[in-house]
Amino acid sequence: MRRDLVIIGGGPAGLAAAVAAYGAGARDILVLERDVELGGILNQCVHNGFGLHAFKEELTGPEYAARYVEMARERGIECRCGTTVLDVSSERTVTCLSPERGLETVEAGAVVLAMGCRERPRGALNIPGYRPAGVFSAGTAQRLVNREGLMPGRRVVVLGSGDIGLIMARRMALEGAEVLCVAELMPYSGGLKRNIVQCLDDFGIPLLLSHTATRVLGRERVEGVEIAQVDGHGAPIPGTERVYECDTLLLSCGLLPENELSRQAGVGLSSVTGGPVVDERLMTDVPGVFACGNVLHVHDLVDHVSEEAAHAGRAAAAYVAGGEGETGRRVAIEAGSHVRYTVPSSVDPARLDGPLTVRFRVTEPLRDVALVVSADGRELVRRKRRVVAPGEMEQAVLGPAVLADVTGPVTVSVEGGDRG
Amino acid sequence: MVPRAPIERECDVLVIGAGVVGCAIARELTRRDLAVHVVEAEEDVCCGASKANSGIVHAGFDARPGTLMARLNVQGAALMPGLCAELDVPYRNNGSLVLCFDDEGRAGLERLLAQGLRNGVRDLSIVGGDEARAIEPTVSPEVRWALWAPTAGIVDPFLLTVALAENAAENGAEFSFNERVAAAEPARGGWLVTTSAGSWRAGAVVNAAGLDSARLFNATVGDAAPRLSITPRRGSYYLLDKTAAPVPSVTLFQLPTDKGKGVLVAPTCHGNTLVGPTAVDVEDPLATETTAAELADVAEKAVRSVPDLPLRSVITSFAGLRAHEAGHEFVIRESAPGFFNAAGIESPGLTSAPAIGVMVADAVSRALCATQRGDFQGERLGVPRFADLPGEEQASLVAERPSYGHVVCRCELVTQGEIEDACRRPVPPRTLDGVKRRLRAGMGRCQGGFCTPFVMQVLERELGLAPSEVHKSGARSWIVDGPTKTGADDPVAKGGER
Repeated sequence: MRRDLVIIGGGPAGLAAAVAAYGAGARDILVLERDVELGGILNQCVHNGFGLHAFKEELTGPEYAARYVEMARERGIECRCGTTVLDVSSERTVTCLSPERGLETVEAGAVVLAMGCRERPRGALNIPGYRPAGVFSAGTAQRLVNREGLMPGRRVVVLGSGDIGLIMARRMALEGAEVLCVAELMPYSGGLKRNIVQCLDDFGIPLLLSHTATRVLGRERVEGVEIAQVDGHGAPIPGTERVYECDTLLLSCGLLPENELSRQAGVGLSSVTGGPVVDERLMTDVPGVFACGNVLHVHDLVDHVSEEAAHAGRAAAAYVAGGEGETGRRVAIEAGSHVRYTVPSSVDPARLDGPLTVRFRVTEPLRDVALVVSADGRELVRRKRRVVAPGEMEQAVLGPAVLADVTGPVTVSVEGGDRG
Repeated sequence: MVPRAPIERECDVLVIGAGVVGCAIARELTRRDLAVHVVEAEEDVCCGASKANSGIVHAGFDARPGTLMARLNVQGAALMPGLCAELDVPYRNNGSLVLCFDDEGRAGLERLLAQGLRNGVRDLSIVGGDEARAIEPTVSPEVRWALWAPTAGIVDPFLLTVALAENAAENGAEFSFNERVAAAEPARGGWLVTTSAGSWRAGAVVNAAGLDSARLFNATVGDAAPRLSITPRRGSYYLLDKTAAPVPSVTLFQLPTDKGKGVLVAPTCHGNTLVGPTAVDVEDPLATETTAAELADVAEKAVRSVPDLPLRSVITSFAGLRAHEAGHEFVIRESAPGFFNAAGIESPGLTSAPAIGVMVADAVSRALCATQRGDFQGERLGVPRFADLPGEEQASLVAERPSYGHVVCRCELVTQGEIEDACRRPVPPRTLDGVKRRLRAGMGRCQGGFCTPFVMQVLERELGLAPSEVHKSGARSWIVDGPTKTGADDPVAKGGER
């Protein structure tokens, strides 16, 4: 089978890419989703707060997903659920598996990678102790509670203050569990400020900054978690250990872009984001293979995922139509001071037909700073910001005119400011 | 739990313990005209030392010449490839190197070489550092000499145990789980064994109870006879992701020095890398916890062998307890007439298990005057491993069984059909860990984060369980505490026993 555009993943990124590709003229589109329904992780995010940017209203996760599912349906875009992609080759041959259709291969004109991310498991965190039942990644617990209606436990400690951990602290409290604390290794939270307020402060759940789990107690089921304060290098300080008696430990210690398929396709990955290295079209270094959403880099807000994915979808449609050739120009976009990474990491200024959004994260919380984009020894953009934090993605929008005659690398940096 | 009336059952041979040793003995016994029953205190096979194991098939140069350990190691290593082929168990002959980091160590390697030659190990040789690095490129530039043992191998210790148990069951052995042996006493015609579920009358008893074996041995041996002393010796490991690089494909040991025994770095049959174990004697036979100090020790020692070992790619760490006998020798003998023991089976216990099975089954058969059966069927075929099948076979399998088209574990590519099939086998999994050890669902880099809810659903359907009755490993290892919206004290929420 041959299809113009194959999109791997029917979550918010994949659906937004499909809808935008359709808008850009692509018609022969196939979305492959491994779950039994479309919507991805949004289906278990029953809390509200989605869509404030994209739809100017406050939606729950399933409601936000439903908007895009409906848009795809209206356009007659073919979406196959219950279908797991097993392999993608560098020639864009997609091998997939489903109970109904068995093993299939699809030759794709272009591929959009939209597989999302996964949670960092306990093993990777290396917490000593027993390995009992009751240690869940926050997202697994969220699925059990919100989709399956099952309680993972009654007395809960949360390790890591990522957004899912914060949301799940509140969810468990709302379900009648006792949430003893949220412990965070860093001196600041990795989650959105609004989630700290709405999920912890409003429920009287203490946030222990610069703390980590040093031991899991309980041989068969969790019976307690030992929490200790850490020093400036993240090492536990002897004598500060305290055991919290609980039956459940939820982990929210980071999300990892899920790039097993990208690797099979030979896509080059960034060691900082864990996602593909892309140009301004969000095309990877494998021609015709694009990436967007959390598989590219982990986002805080689905609204930004949709926006980014729409960009990838349009670019993939253009690639299939054969409109854009290589112009041979490529300007690197680099992370400067206090910036961890940028997406994209290169741009061809000759190919830009609209403003370029560069997304990035800062390395540490800072106050009263300027976001500065510069190239060839001059400033292209300077914007003042009162507060920036690693937990909140930043972006800089560069008009095509600004980049038109840039030759050297474009650097995104954060200047001035106090540690916040 | 409502107390059940104790039931009295009978068999010819009662095997206590369903680890790799108990299962190997049980399978060998089913070659004879004997009714074999295996009682296991835990809820599945492979729950003790057999599960937290390096999976190494040792060549046989470690044990002192003339010991039972030396003889059974070499015999077991020779039997292993054929046994694994017969039972459809992953085995790979990858060879091993014992590394030494200075010229003084060479004498130690010579001693191991001489020991190996006396034990009957084939093809051993001492090689220089460069040759060691030619054999295994990840070996540290600091390595001066190494002992090369090309006959060493690796095996999947979980599947070996499961396959031995399944094949024993296919040949008529019966298993009962969650049944702990309380006591054994001589009775007319053999032994009366009382357990947590009742009692057994058996012509002969085989004690393969691992850490618990000394208790049964000492209770049956005469008062004047020497006691057996078994200490739980803890070994902690790191497991690295399949994508970790650079990692060795040859098993790398370190030459023991006065500073310690060293740790191994070895591939597993499934492409992961195992690093460990420590050796720390503990008192509590349940103390399978890892400690920060032990894990740090593992890491520090391992990078001596492989300096670029990617310890960032750790996907889990775990600890197991081996049954260390004070004299570091296998204790395989009758402690009283008809009461046979396979005790103190620590490394190279997994390697030796096939030979221990033969040795013990022969002794028991002689004692009971048992005869060989004509209808023993030694071949066993495992659950189809979807991920490893060629494309056409995958396609036809899904056409025939659509549930093989539903991927449940994405890290290890395990399908729903495999879990269903495992549940319908002679010795089915009962827990998440039981599924993990048989099929690898939950053993990959996300460590069950993705597949747990799906595996639970299959177990619920196949075993007729409520969600709160699905366990991870052990009777108190509930995963969910009933439905939401019911409250902690609502009896509806309490589906299972706590």
